[in-house]
Amino acid sequence: MAEILTKTRARNIFYGGSIFFVVVFVGLTVDSHRYIVAKSTAGMPLSAEVVAGKHVWERNSCINCHSLHGEGAYFAPEVGNVMTRWAVQDDPDAAFEVLKGWMEAQPSGIEGRRQMPNFNLTDEEIRNLAEFLRWADQTDTQGWPPNDAG
Amino acid sequence: MKYQSQKVALAYFACALLLFAIQVMGGLVAGWIYVSPNFLAELLPFNIIRMIHTNALIVWLLLGFFGSAYFLLPEEAEREIYSVKLAYIQLALLMVGTLGAVGSYLVGIHEGREFLEQPLWVKVGILVAALIFLFNISMTFLAGRKTAVTNVLLLGLWLLCLLWVFAFINPDNLSLDKMYWWFVVHLWVEATWELVMAAILAFLMLKLTGVDREVVEKWLYIIVATALVSGILGTGHHFYWIGTPGYWQWIGSIFSTFEVVPFFLMMSFAFVMVWKGRRNHPNKAALLWSLGSSTVAFFGAGVWGFLHTLHGVNYYSHGTQITAAHGHLAFYGAYVALNLAVFTYAMPMLRERAPYNQTLNMASFWLMTGGMAFMTFVLTFAGTVQTHLQRVLGMYFMEVQDGLSIFYLMRFGSGAAVVAGALLFIFSLAYARKNEVVAPGPLNAVAGE
Repeated sequence: MAEILTKTRARNIFYGGSIFFVVVFVGLTVDSHRYIVAKSTAGMPLSAEVVAGKHVWERNSCINCHSLHGEGAYFAPEVGNVMTRWAVQDDPDAAFEVLKGWMEAQPSGIEGRRQMPNFNLTDEEIRNLAEFLRWADQTDTQGWPPNDAG
Repeated sequence: MKYQSQKVALAYFACALLLFAIQVMGGLVAGWIYVSPNFLAELLPFNIIRMIHTNALIVWLLLGFFGSAYFLLPEEAEREIYSVKLAYIQLALLMVGTLGAVGSYLVGIHEGREFLEQPLWVKVGILVAALIFLFNISMTFLAGRKTAVTNVLLLGLWLLCLLWVFAFINPDNLSLDKMYWWFVVHLWVEATWELVMAAILAFLMLKLTGVDREVVEKWLYIIVATALVSGILGTGHHFYWIGTPGYWQWIGSIFSTFEVVPFFLMMSFAFVMVWKGRRNHPNKAALLWSLGSSTVAFFGAGVWGFLHTLHGVNYYSHGTQITAAHGHLAFYGAYVALNLAVFTYAMPMLRERAPYNQTLNMASFWLMTGGMAFMTFVLTFAGTVQTHLQRVLGMYFMEVQDGLSIFYLMRFGSGAAVVAGALLFIFSLAYARKNEVVAPGPLNAVAGE
Protein backbone atom coordinates (compact mmCIF):
# COMPACT_ATOMS: atom_id res chain seq x y z
CA MET A 1 0.00 0.00 0.00
CA ALA A 2 2.87 2.31 0.82
CA GLU A 3 4.01 2.48 -2.82
CA ILE A 4 0.58 2.74 -4.43
CA LEU A 5 -0.85 5.33 -2.05
CA THR A 6 1.83 7.99 -1.78
CA LYS A 7 1.34 11.23 0.13
CA THR A 8 0.87 13.14 -3.13
CA ARG A 9 -1.84 10.73 -4.29
CA ALA A 10 -3.58 10.91 -0.91
CA ARG A 11 -3.55 14.71 -1.16
CA ASN A 12 -4.94 14.61 -4.71
CA ILE A 13 -7.75 12.27 -3.64
CA PHE A 14 -8.57 14.70 -0.83
CA TYR A 15 -8.76 17.79 -3.03
CA GLY A 16 -10.31 16.05 -6.06
CA GLY A 17 -12.86 14.07 -4.06
CA SER A 18 -13.90 17.09 -2.03
CA ILE A 19 -14.40 19.32 -5.06
CA PHE A 20 -16.41 16.60 -6.81
CA PHE A 21 -18.76 16.13 -3.87
CA VAL A 22 -19.13 19.89 -3.29
CA VAL A 23 -20.33 20.22 -6.90
CA VAL A 24 -22.81 17.34 -6.48
CA PHE A 25 -24.02 18.83 -3.18
CA VAL A 26 -24.57 22.29 -4.67
CA GLY A 27 -26.56 20.74 -7.53
CA LEU A 28 -28.78 18.77 -5.16
CA THR A 29 -29.26 21.87 -2.97
CA VAL A 30 -30.54 23.88 -5.93
CA ASP A 31 -32.96 21.06 -6.75
CA SER A 32 -34.09 20.81 -3.11
CA HIS A 33 -34.61 24.57 -2.88
CA ARG A 34 -36.95 24.43 -5.88
CA TYR A 35 -38.73 21.37 -4.52
CA ILE A 36 -39.40 23.06 -1.16
CA VAL A 37 -40.78 26.22 -2.73
CA ALA A 38 -42.81 24.55 -5.48
CA LYS A 39 -43.98 21.35 -3.81
CA SER A 40 -43.43 20.43 -0.18
CA THR A 41 -44.47 23.75 1.38
CA ALA A 42 -46.82 24.95 -1.37
CA GLY A 43 -50.03 23.70 0.26
CA MET A 44 -50.63 27.01 2.05
CA PRO A 45 -49.47 30.49 1.03
CA LEU A 46 -46.48 31.95 2.87
CA SER A 47 -48.56 34.89 4.07
CA ALA A 48 -47.45 37.93 6.06
CA GLU A 49 -49.10 36.35 9.11
CA VAL A 50 -47.04 33.17 8.74
CA VAL A 51 -43.81 35.15 8.41
CA ALA A 52 -44.70 37.30 11.42
CA GLY A 53 -45.52 34.10 13.33
CA LYS A 54 -42.08 32.72 12.51
CA HIS A 55 -40.58 35.82 14.09
CA VAL A 56 -42.70 35.35 17.23
CA TRP A 57 -41.39 31.78 17.34
CA GLU A 58 -37.79 33.03 17.03
CA ARG A 59 -38.04 36.03 19.35
CA ASN A 60 -39.15 33.81 22.22
CA SER A 61 -36.57 31.09 21.55
CA CYS A 62 -39.24 28.38 21.47
CA ILE A 63 -36.76 26.01 19.78
CA ASN A 64 -34.71 25.74 22.99
CA CYS A 65 -37.47 23.75 24.71
CA HIS A 66 -39.60 22.40 21.86
CA SER A 67 -38.69 20.57 18.68
CA LEU A 68 -40.06 21.56 15.27
CA HIS A 69 -39.94 18.81 12.63
CA GLY A 70 -37.81 16.94 15.17
CA GLU A 71 -35.14 19.62 15.50
CA GLY A 72 -34.55 21.69 18.61
CA ALA A 73 -34.54 20.79 22.28
CA TYR A 74 -36.28 17.72 23.64
CA PHE A 75 -37.55 19.30 26.86
CA ALA A 76 -41.06 20.02 25.57
CA PRO A 77 -43.36 18.44 22.96
CA GLU A 78 -42.90 18.43 19.18
CA VAL A 79 -44.91 21.25 17.60
CA GLY A 80 -44.47 20.51 13.88
CA ASN A 81 -47.77 18.61 14.03
CA VAL A 82 -49.36 20.27 17.07
CA MET A 83 -52.26 21.70 15.07
CA THR A 84 -53.10 18.20 13.82
CA ARG A 85 -52.81 16.85 17.38
CA TRP A 86 -55.24 19.54 18.55
CA ALA A 87 -57.51 18.79 15.54
CA VAL A 88 -57.54 22.46 14.46
CA GLN A 89 -55.24 22.25 11.40
CA ASP A 90 -58.07 23.17 9.00
CA ASP A 91 -59.71 25.86 11.13
CA PRO A 92 -57.67 29.07 11.59
CA ASP A 93 -60.06 30.56 14.17
CA ALA A 94 -60.14 27.43 16.28
CA ALA A 95 -56.34 27.22 16.02
CA PHE A 96 -56.09 30.75 17.38
CA GLU A 97 -58.55 30.10 20.21
CA VAL A 98 -56.90 26.88 21.37
CA LEU A 99 -53.40 28.37 21.22
CA LYS A 100 -54.55 31.51 23.06
CA GLY A 101 -56.09 29.38 25.79
CA TRP A 102 -52.88 27.40 26.09
CA MET A 103 -50.48 30.37 26.12
CA GLU A 104 -52.49 32.29 28.70
CA ALA A 105 -52.70 29.31 31.07
CA GLN A 106 -48.88 29.27 31.41
CA PRO A 107 -47.06 28.77 33.65
CA SER A 108 -49.18 26.06 35.22
CA GLY A 109 -47.29 26.29 38.51
CA ILE A 110 -48.02 22.64 39.20
CA GLU A 111 -45.34 21.16 41.45
CA GLY A 112 -43.18 18.57 39.64
CA ARG A 113 -44.37 19.53 36.14
CA ARG A 114 -42.18 21.20 33.53
CA GLN A 115 -43.07 24.88 33.38
CA MET A 116 -43.64 26.91 30.22
CA PRO A 117 -43.12 30.65 30.78
CA ASN A 118 -45.86 33.17 30.05
CA PHE A 119 -44.57 35.13 27.06
CA ASN A 120 -47.24 37.86 27.34
CA LEU A 121 -48.12 37.62 23.65
CA THR A 122 -50.74 39.95 22.14
CA ASP A 123 -53.73 38.45 20.32
CA GLU A 124 -52.14 39.41 17.02
CA GLU A 125 -48.91 37.61 17.94
CA ILE A 126 -50.83 34.51 18.98
CA ARG A 127 -52.79 34.55 15.72
CA ASN A 128 -49.55 34.86 13.73
CA LEU A 129 -47.95 32.05 15.71
CA ALA A 130 -51.00 29.85 15.11
CA GLU A 131 -50.77 30.54 11.38
CA PHE A 132 -47.04 29.75 11.40
CA LEU A 133 -47.67 26.42 13.16
CA ARG A 134 -50.48 25.57 10.72
CA TRP A 135 -48.12 26.40 7.86
CA ALA A 136 -45.39 24.18 9.32
CA ASP A 137 -47.91 21.39 9.86
CA GLN A 138 -48.99 21.32 6.19
CA THR A 139 -45.38 20.84 5.01
CA ASP A 140 -44.76 17.51 3.30
CA THR A 141 -42.24 15.95 5.70
CA GLN A 142 -42.15 12.51 4.05
CA GLY A 143 -44.67 11.15 6.53
CA TRP A 144 -42.82 12.16 9.70
CA PRO A 145 -43.69 12.02 12.61
CA PRO A 146 -44.98 8.44 12.75
CA ASN A 147 -48.12 9.40 14.75
CA ASP A 148 -49.99 12.38 16.19
CA ALA A 149 -48.06 12.18 19.49
CA GLY A 150 -45.19 13.81 17.54
CA MET B 1 8.15 27.09 22.90
CA LYS B 2 10.39 28.15 20.05
CA TYR B 3 8.62 31.34 18.99
CA GLN B 4 7.62 34.23 21.25
CA SER B 5 4.35 34.89 19.43
CA GLN B 6 3.06 31.43 20.36
CA LYS B 7 2.38 32.99 23.75
CA VAL B 8 -0.94 34.45 22.51
CA ALA B 9 -2.29 30.91 22.74
CA LEU B 10 -2.14 31.20 26.54
CA ALA B 11 -4.73 34.00 26.56
CA TYR B 12 -6.96 32.04 24.16
CA PHE B 13 -6.77 28.90 26.28
CA ALA B 14 -7.49 30.82 29.50
CA CYS B 15 -10.60 32.43 27.99
CA ALA B 16 -11.68 29.08 26.54
CA LEU B 17 -11.43 27.45 29.97
CA LEU B 18 -13.50 30.24 31.55
CA LEU B 19 -16.28 29.61 29.02
CA PHE B 20 -15.86 25.85 29.51
CA ALA B 21 -16.66 26.36 33.19
CA ILE B 22 -19.74 28.46 32.31
CA GLN B 23 -20.84 25.81 29.79
CA VAL B 24 -20.71 22.83 32.17
CA MET B 25 -22.34 24.82 34.99
CA GLY B 26 -25.17 25.70 32.58
CA GLY B 27 -25.45 22.04 31.66
CA LEU B 28 -25.66 21.03 35.30
CA VAL B 29 -28.46 23.52 35.99
CA ALA B 30 -30.35 22.33 32.89
CA GLY B 31 -29.88 18.73 34.03
CA TRP B 32 -31.29 19.63 37.44
CA ILE B 33 -34.37 21.23 35.86
CA TYR B 34 -35.11 17.84 34.24
CA VAL B 35 -35.09 16.36 37.75
CA SER B 36 -36.85 19.20 39.53
CA PRO B 37 -38.84 21.15 36.90
CA ASN B 38 -39.92 24.06 39.12
CA PHE B 39 -36.30 25.08 39.80
CA LEU B 40 -35.70 28.63 38.48
CA ALA B 41 -38.82 28.24 36.30
CA GLU B 42 -39.89 31.87 36.69
CA LEU B 43 -36.44 33.42 36.98
CA LEU B 44 -34.38 31.65 34.37
CA PRO B 45 -36.39 29.34 32.12
CA PHE B 46 -34.90 26.22 30.53
CA ASN B 47 -34.61 27.75 27.04
CA ILE B 48 -32.33 30.54 28.29
CA ILE B 49 -30.08 28.14 30.21
CA ARG B 50 -29.83 25.85 27.20
CA MET B 51 -28.74 28.75 24.97
CA ILE B 52 -25.96 29.58 27.42
CA HIS B 53 -24.96 25.90 27.60
CA THR B 54 -24.72 25.43 23.82
CA ASN B 55 -23.37 28.85 22.87
CA ALA B 56 -20.63 28.83 25.50
CA LEU B 57 -19.61 25.38 24.25
CA ILE B 58 -19.36 26.44 20.62
CA VAL B 59 -17.42 29.60 21.35
CA TRP B 60 -14.92 27.99 23.71
CA LEU B 61 -14.23 25.22 21.22
CA LEU B 62 -13.62 27.86 18.55
CA LEU B 63 -11.36 29.81 20.92
CA GLY B 64 -9.48 26.56 21.49
CA PHE B 65 -9.11 26.03 17.74
CA PHE B 66 -7.95 29.62 17.19
CA GLY B 67 -5.49 29.35 20.08
CA SER B 68 -4.23 26.00 18.77
CA ALA B 69 -3.72 27.54 15.35
CA TYR B 70 -1.69 30.37 16.87
CA PHE B 71 0.29 27.83 18.87
CA LEU B 72 1.14 25.35 16.15
CA LEU B 73 1.40 27.58 13.09
CA PRO B 74 4.70 29.24 14.11
CA GLU B 75 6.31 25.85 14.73
CA GLU B 76 5.06 24.44 11.45
CA ALA B 77 5.68 27.57 9.36
CA GLU B 78 8.95 28.23 11.20
CA ARG B 79 8.28 31.90 11.79
CA GLU B 80 6.54 34.29 14.19
CA ILE B 81 2.82 35.09 13.82
CA TYR B 82 2.22 37.96 11.41
CA SER B 83 0.67 40.21 14.08
CA VAL B 84 0.39 39.41 17.77
CA LYS B 85 -1.60 42.60 18.29
CA LEU B 86 -4.29 41.52 15.82
CA ALA B 87 -4.51 38.17 17.60
CA TYR B 88 -5.27 39.93 20.90
CA ILE B 89 -7.79 42.29 19.24
CA GLN B 90 -9.52 39.24 17.76
CA LEU B 91 -9.70 37.59 21.17
CA ALA B 92 -11.05 40.75 22.81
CA LEU B 93 -13.78 41.01 20.14
CA LEU B 94 -14.79 37.39 20.65
CA MET B 95 -14.88 37.68 24.43
CA VAL B 96 -16.90 40.93 24.38
CA GLY B 97 -19.29 39.32 21.91
CA THR B 98 -19.68 36.11 23.90
CA LEU B 99 -20.07 37.65 27.32
CA GLY B 100 -22.37 40.24 25.72
CA ALA B 101 -24.45 37.42 24.25
CA VAL B 102 -24.66 35.60 27.59
CA GLY B 103 -25.68 38.87 29.29
CA SER B 104 -28.33 39.65 26.70
CA TYR B 105 -29.76 36.10 26.93
CA LEU B 106 -30.17 36.65 30.67
CA VAL B 107 -32.33 39.70 30.00
CA GLY B 108 -34.23 37.93 27.22
CA ILE B 109 -32.66 39.50 24.12
CA HIS B 110 -31.78 36.95 21.46
CA GLU B 111 -32.58 35.64 18.02
CA GLY B 112 -34.32 32.34 17.60
CA ARG B 113 -32.54 29.83 15.38
CA GLU B 114 -31.04 27.03 17.44
CA PHE B 115 -27.34 27.62 18.26
CA LEU B 116 -27.43 30.86 16.22
CA GLU B 117 -29.35 32.87 18.82
CA GLN B 118 -26.68 35.57 19.12
CA PRO B 119 -27.99 39.12 18.57
CA LEU B 120 -27.00 40.57 15.20
CA TRP B 121 -24.22 42.76 16.64
CA VAL B 122 -22.58 39.68 18.14
CA LYS B 123 -22.86 37.81 14.83
CA VAL B 124 -21.18 40.73 13.05
CA GLY B 125 -18.50 40.84 15.76
CA ILE B 126 -17.80 37.15 15.22
CA LEU B 127 -17.56 37.76 11.48
CA VAL B 128 -15.06 40.61 11.98
CA ALA B 129 -13.02 38.49 14.39
CA ALA B 130 -13.03 35.62 11.89
CA LEU B 131 -11.78 37.91 9.13
CA ILE B 132 -8.99 39.25 11.35
CA PHE B 133 -8.05 35.68 12.21
CA LEU B 134 -8.01 34.52 8.58
CA PHE B 135 -5.88 37.48 7.56
CA ASN B 136 -3.44 36.95 10.41
CA ILE B 137 -2.91 33.22 9.96
CA SER B 138 -2.90 33.41 6.17
CA MET B 139 -0.13 36.04 6.21
CA THR B 140 1.87 33.83 8.58
CA PHE B 141 1.17 30.75 6.45
CA LEU B 142 2.10 32.36 3.13
CA ALA B 143 5.43 33.63 4.38
CA GLY B 144 6.52 30.36 5.96
CA ARG B 145 7.10 26.67 5.42
CA LYS B 146 4.02 24.87 4.16
CA THR B 147 3.25 21.46 5.58
CA ALA B 148 0.29 19.11 5.24
CA VAL B 149 -0.70 20.04 8.80
CA THR B 150 -0.92 23.76 8.00
CA ASN B 151 -2.56 23.11 4.60
CA VAL B 152 -5.38 21.10 6.15
CA LEU B 153 -5.69 23.31 9.22
CA LEU B 154 -5.99 26.49 7.17
CA LEU B 155 -8.42 24.95 4.70
CA GLY B 156 -10.62 23.83 7.58
CA LEU B 157 -10.48 27.22 9.31
CA TRP B 158 -11.13 29.16 6.10
CA LEU B 159 -14.13 27.04 5.19
CA LEU B 160 -15.61 27.18 8.68
CA CYS B 161 -15.31 30.96 8.79
CA LEU B 162 -16.86 31.29 5.31
CA LEU B 163 -19.76 29.04 6.27
CA TRP B 164 -20.56 31.52 9.07
CA VAL B 165 -22.16 33.64 6.32
CA PHE B 166 -25.12 31.24 6.43
CA ALA B 167 -25.76 32.38 10.01
CA PHE B 168 -27.02 35.63 8.46
CA ILE B 169 -29.32 33.95 5.93
CA ASN B 170 -32.71 33.27 7.47
CA PRO B 171 -35.37 32.60 4.81
CA ASP B 172 -39.04 33.17 5.69
CA ASN B 173 -39.81 29.68 4.45
CA LEU B 174 -39.19 27.38 7.44
CA SER B 175 -38.01 24.44 5.34
CA LEU B 176 -35.50 26.61 3.46
CA ASP B 177 -34.42 28.10 6.80
CA LYS B 178 -33.74 24.60 8.12
CA MET B 179 -31.91 23.47 5.01
CA TYR B 180 -29.48 26.41 5.03
CA TRP B 181 -29.14 26.30 8.83
CA TRP B 182 -27.49 22.91 8.42
CA PHE B 183 -24.89 24.54 6.16
CA VAL B 184 -23.47 26.05 9.34
CA VAL B 185 -24.29 23.32 11.82
CA HIS B 186 -23.55 20.11 9.92
CA LEU B 187 -20.82 21.43 7.67
CA TRP B 188 -19.08 22.71 10.78
CA VAL B 189 -19.12 19.71 13.06
CA GLU B 190 -19.21 16.95 10.47
CA ALA B 191 -16.89 18.45 7.85
CA THR B 192 -14.72 21.51 8.47
CA TRP B 193 -14.18 20.97 12.20
CA GLU B 194 -13.03 17.44 11.36
CA LEU B 195 -10.28 18.95 9.20
CA VAL B 196 -9.19 21.14 12.11
CA MET B 197 -9.37 18.18 14.49
CA ALA B 198 -7.35 15.89 12.20
CA ALA B 199 -4.69 18.56 11.63
CA ILE B 200 -4.30 19.27 15.35
CA LEU B 201 -4.22 15.53 16.13
CA ALA B 202 -1.52 15.06 13.48
CA PHE B 203 0.52 17.87 15.05
CA LEU B 204 0.18 16.29 18.50
CA MET B 205 1.23 12.90 17.13
CA LEU B 206 4.27 14.43 15.44
CA LYS B 207 5.34 15.98 18.73
CA LEU B 208 4.35 13.25 21.17
CA THR B 209 5.45 10.14 19.28
CA GLY B 210 8.25 11.39 17.04
CA VAL B 211 6.98 9.37 14.07
CA ASP B 212 8.32 10.46 10.68
CA ARG B 213 6.49 13.46 9.18
CA GLU B 214 5.94 11.69 5.84
CA VAL B 215 3.97 8.94 7.56
CA VAL B 216 1.88 11.32 9.67
CA GLU B 217 1.04 13.57 6.73
CA LYS B 218 -0.05 10.72 4.49
CA TRP B 219 -2.42 9.50 7.22
CA LEU B 220 -3.70 13.07 7.60
CA TYR B 221 -4.62 13.41 3.91
CA ILE B 222 -6.34 10.02 3.89
CA ILE B 223 -8.34 10.92 7.03
CA VAL B 224 -9.53 14.28 5.73
CA ALA B 225 -10.31 12.80 2.30
CA THR B 226 -12.67 10.29 3.92
CA ALA B 227 -14.10 13.05 6.15
CA LEU B 228 -15.18 15.30 3.28
CA VAL B 229 -16.10 12.56 0.80
CA SER B 230 -18.54 11.13 3.39
CA GLY B 231 -19.42 14.31 5.28
CA ILE B 232 -20.55 16.64 2.50
CA LEU B 233 -23.33 14.43 1.12
CA GLY B 234 -23.74 13.06 4.65
CA THR B 235 -25.55 16.34 5.31
CA GLY B 236 -28.44 14.44 3.76
CA HIS B 237 -29.13 12.67 7.05
CA HIS B 238 -30.55 15.98 8.31
CA PHE B 239 -32.75 16.35 5.21
CA TYR B 240 -35.05 13.37 5.83
CA TRP B 241 -38.06 15.07 7.46
CA ILE B 242 -37.82 18.85 6.98
CA GLY B 243 -39.62 19.20 3.66
CA THR B 244 -36.68 18.28 1.42
CA PRO B 245 -37.01 15.67 -1.38
CA GLY B 246 -37.24 11.94 -0.63
CA TYR B 247 -33.96 11.08 -2.38
CA TRP B 248 -32.06 12.45 0.61
CA GLN B 249 -33.15 9.40 2.58
CA TRP B 250 -30.92 7.18 0.46
CA ILE B 251 -28.11 9.66 -0.09
CA GLY B 252 -28.06 10.59 3.59
CA SER B 253 -28.19 6.98 4.80
CA ILE B 254 -25.39 5.79 2.52
CA PHE B 255 -22.96 8.69 2.89
CA SER B 256 -23.49 9.27 6.58
CA THR B 257 -22.78 5.58 7.19
CA PHE B 258 -19.33 6.29 5.76
CA GLU B 259 -18.91 9.16 8.23
CA VAL B 260 -17.78 6.49 10.69
CA VAL B 261 -14.65 5.93 8.57
CA PRO B 262 -12.69 9.14 9.33
CA PHE B 263 -13.31 8.67 13.05
CA PHE B 264 -12.19 5.05 12.89
CA LEU B 265 -9.09 6.16 10.98
CA MET B 266 -8.30 8.91 13.49
CA MET B 267 -8.48 6.40 16.33
CA SER B 268 -6.32 3.89 14.43
CA PHE B 269 -3.89 6.63 13.47
CA ALA B 270 -3.38 7.77 17.06
CA PHE B 271 -2.77 4.24 18.36
CA VAL B 272 -0.55 3.15 15.45
CA MET B 273 1.58 6.27 15.85
CA VAL B 274 2.03 5.64 19.56
CA TRP B 275 3.01 2.01 18.88
CA LYS B 276 5.41 2.98 16.12
CA GLY B 277 6.83 6.01 17.89
CA ARG B 278 10.09 5.70 19.75
CA ARG B 279 9.84 8.96 21.60
CA ASN B 280 8.92 8.67 25.26
CA HIS B 281 7.44 12.13 25.72
CA PRO B 282 7.25 13.24 29.34
CA ASN B 283 3.77 14.80 28.98
CA LYS B 284 1.78 11.61 29.53
CA ALA B 285 -1.43 13.52 30.25
CA ALA B 286 -1.38 15.06 26.75
CA LEU B 287 -0.94 11.60 25.27
CA LEU B 288 -3.84 10.27 27.33
CA TRP B 289 -6.11 13.08 26.15
CA SER B 290 -5.04 12.59 22.50
CA LEU B 291 -5.73 8.85 22.53
CA GLY B 292 -8.87 9.38 24.61
CA SER B 293 -10.19 12.03 22.25
CA SER B 294 -9.83 9.93 19.12
CA THR B 295 -11.33 6.88 20.88
CA VAL B 296 -14.33 8.66 22.40
CA ALA B 297 -14.87 10.52 19.11
CA PHE B 298 -15.07 7.18 17.33
CA PHE B 299 -17.71 5.93 19.76
CA GLY B 300 -19.61 9.20 20.23
CA ALA B 301 -19.58 10.55 16.68
CA GLY B 302 -19.02 7.30 14.79
CA VAL B 303 -20.87 4.51 16.57
CA TRP B 304 -23.59 6.57 18.27
CA GLY B 305 -24.04 8.56 15.07
CA PHE B 306 -24.50 5.42 13.00
CA LEU B 307 -26.92 4.09 15.61
CA HIS B 308 -29.65 6.45 14.40
CA THR B 309 -28.50 7.69 11.00
CA LEU B 310 -30.25 5.18 8.71
CA HIS B 311 -33.54 6.72 7.64
CA GLY B 312 -35.58 3.66 8.59
CA VAL B 313 -34.31 3.95 12.16
CA ASN B 314 -34.29 7.73 12.25
CA TYR B 315 -37.97 7.82 11.29
CA TYR B 316 -38.67 6.57 14.83
CA SER B 317 -35.72 7.93 16.83
CA HIS B 318 -35.49 11.46 15.34
CA GLY B 319 -35.62 14.20 17.98
CA THR B 320 -35.60 11.92 21.04
CA GLN B 321 -33.08 11.50 23.85
CA ILE B 322 -31.11 9.23 21.46
CA THR B 323 -30.07 12.39 19.63
CA ALA B 324 -29.10 14.01 22.94
CA ALA B 325 -26.97 10.98 23.87
CA HIS B 326 -25.12 11.10 20.55
CA GLY B 327 -24.67 14.87 20.63
CA HIS B 328 -23.13 14.89 24.08
CA LEU B 329 -20.59 12.10 23.54
CA ALA B 330 -19.68 13.22 20.01
CA PHE B 331 -18.93 16.81 21.07
CA TYR B 332 -17.07 15.63 24.15
CA GLY B 333 -14.88 13.10 22.35
CA ALA B 334 -14.16 14.88 19.12
CA TYR B 335 -13.86 18.51 20.13
CA VAL B 336 -13.80 18.96 23.90
CA ALA B 337 -11.22 16.24 24.57
CA LEU B 338 -9.09 17.27 21.61
CA ASN B 339 -8.97 20.86 22.83
CA LEU B 340 -8.10 19.69 26.33
CA ALA B 341 -5.31 17.57 24.76
CA VAL B 342 -3.81 20.66 23.14
CA PHE B 343 -4.17 22.71 26.31
CA THR B 344 -2.45 19.95 28.30
CA TYR B 345 0.34 19.65 25.74
CA ALA B 346 0.93 23.38 25.30
CA MET B 347 0.41 24.74 28.80
CA PRO B 348 3.75 23.63 30.32
CA MET B 349 5.58 25.22 27.35
CA LEU B 350 3.51 28.40 27.43
CA ARG B 351 4.28 28.76 31.13
CA GLU B 352 7.91 27.70 30.62
CA ARG B 353 7.83 24.72 32.96
CA ALA B 354 8.28 20.99 32.83
CA PRO B 355 4.97 19.06 32.65
CA TYR B 356 3.14 19.50 35.95
CA ASN B 357 0.12 18.15 37.84
CA GLN B 358 0.04 15.13 35.54
CA THR B 359 -1.76 12.90 38.03
CA LEU B 360 -4.50 15.45 38.70
CA ASN B 361 -4.87 16.08 34.99
CA MET B 362 -5.17 12.37 34.20
CA ALA B 363 -7.64 11.90 37.05
CA SER B 364 -9.77 14.65 35.52
CA PHE B 365 -9.70 12.76 32.20
CA TRP B 366 -11.14 9.62 33.77
CA LEU B 367 -13.68 11.56 35.82
CA MET B 368 -14.95 13.54 32.83
CA THR B 369 -14.81 10.64 30.39
CA GLY B 370 -16.47 8.27 32.85
CA GLY B 371 -19.18 10.85 33.52
CA MET B 372 -19.81 11.48 29.83
CA ALA B 373 -19.92 7.75 29.06
CA PHE B 374 -22.44 7.16 31.86
CA MET B 375 -24.52 10.12 30.69
CA THR B 376 -24.53 8.71 27.16
CA PHE B 377 -25.66 5.29 28.34
CA VAL B 378 -28.54 6.58 30.47
CA LEU B 379 -29.73 8.97 27.75
CA THR B 380 -29.57 6.12 25.22
CA PHE B 381 -31.76 3.98 27.47
CA ALA B 382 -34.11 6.93 28.04
CA GLY B 383 -34.24 7.52 24.28
CA THR B 384 -34.93 3.88 23.51
CA VAL B 385 -37.86 3.79 25.95
CA GLN B 386 -39.10 7.14 24.64
CA THR B 387 -38.91 5.99 21.01
CA HIS B 388 -40.91 2.89 21.75
CA LEU B 389 -43.61 4.48 23.90
CA GLN B 390 -44.02 7.70 21.94
CA ARG B 391 -43.18 6.83 18.35
CA VAL B 392 -44.31 3.22 18.18
CA LEU B 393 -47.16 3.06 20.71
CA GLY B 394 -48.22 6.71 20.27
CA MET B 395 -48.25 7.75 23.94
CA TYR B 396 -48.10 11.50 24.53
CA PHE B 397 -44.82 13.31 25.16
CA MET B 398 -45.26 14.43 28.77
CA GLU B 399 -46.75 11.10 29.80
CA VAL B 400 -43.64 9.37 28.46
CA GLN B 401 -41.30 11.92 30.04
CA ASP B 402 -42.78 11.31 33.47
CA GLY B 403 -41.73 7.69 33.14
CA LEU B 404 -38.13 8.61 32.36
CA SER B 405 -37.34 10.46 35.59
CA ILE B 406 -34.97 7.78 36.92
CA PHE B 407 -32.78 8.23 33.81
CA TYR B 408 -32.75 11.99 34.25
CA LEU B 409 -31.73 11.60 37.88
CA MET B 410 -28.80 9.40 36.82
CA ARG B 411 -27.93 11.87 34.09
CA PHE B 412 -27.73 14.63 36.67
CA GLY B 413 -25.34 12.50 38.74
CA SER B 414 -23.09 11.86 35.76
CA GLY B 415 -23.24 15.57 34.92
CA ALA B 416 -22.03 16.41 38.42
CA ALA B 417 -19.05 14.10 37.84
CA VAL B 418 -18.29 15.89 34.57
CA VAL B 419 -18.41 19.29 36.28
CA ALA B 420 -16.10 18.02 39.04
CA GLY B 421 -13.74 16.70 36.36
CA ALA B 422 -13.81 19.97 34.45
CA LEU B 423 -13.02 22.02 37.54
CA LEU B 424 -10.23 19.60 38.45
CA PHE B 425 -8.82 19.95 34.94
CA ILE B 426 -8.90 23.74 35.12
CA PHE B 427 -7.25 23.62 38.55
CA SER B 428 -4.52 21.27 37.31
CA LEU B 429 -3.60 23.68 34.52
CA ALA B 430 -4.03 26.90 36.47
CA TYR B 431 -2.04 26.07 39.60
CA ALA B 432 1.38 24.56 39.06
CA ARG B 433 1.47 22.45 42.21
CA LYS B 434 4.44 20.26 41.34
CA ASN B 435 6.55 19.05 38.47
CA GLU B 436 5.90 15.43 37.81
CA VAL B 437 7.62 12.87 35.70
CA VAL B 438 5.31 9.91 35.33
CA ALA B 439 7.39 6.73 35.26
CA PRO B 440 7.05 4.83 31.98
CA GLY B 441 5.41 1.41 32.08
CA PRO B 442 7.51 -1.79 31.78
CA LEU B 443 6.89 -2.15 28.03
CA ASN B 444 7.91 1.39 27.23
CA ALA B 445 10.99 1.84 29.35
CA VAL B 446 13.20 3.61 26.83
CA ALA B 447 14.04 7.08 28.07
CA GLY B 448 13.05 10.15 26.06
CA GLU B 449 15.09 11.00 23.00
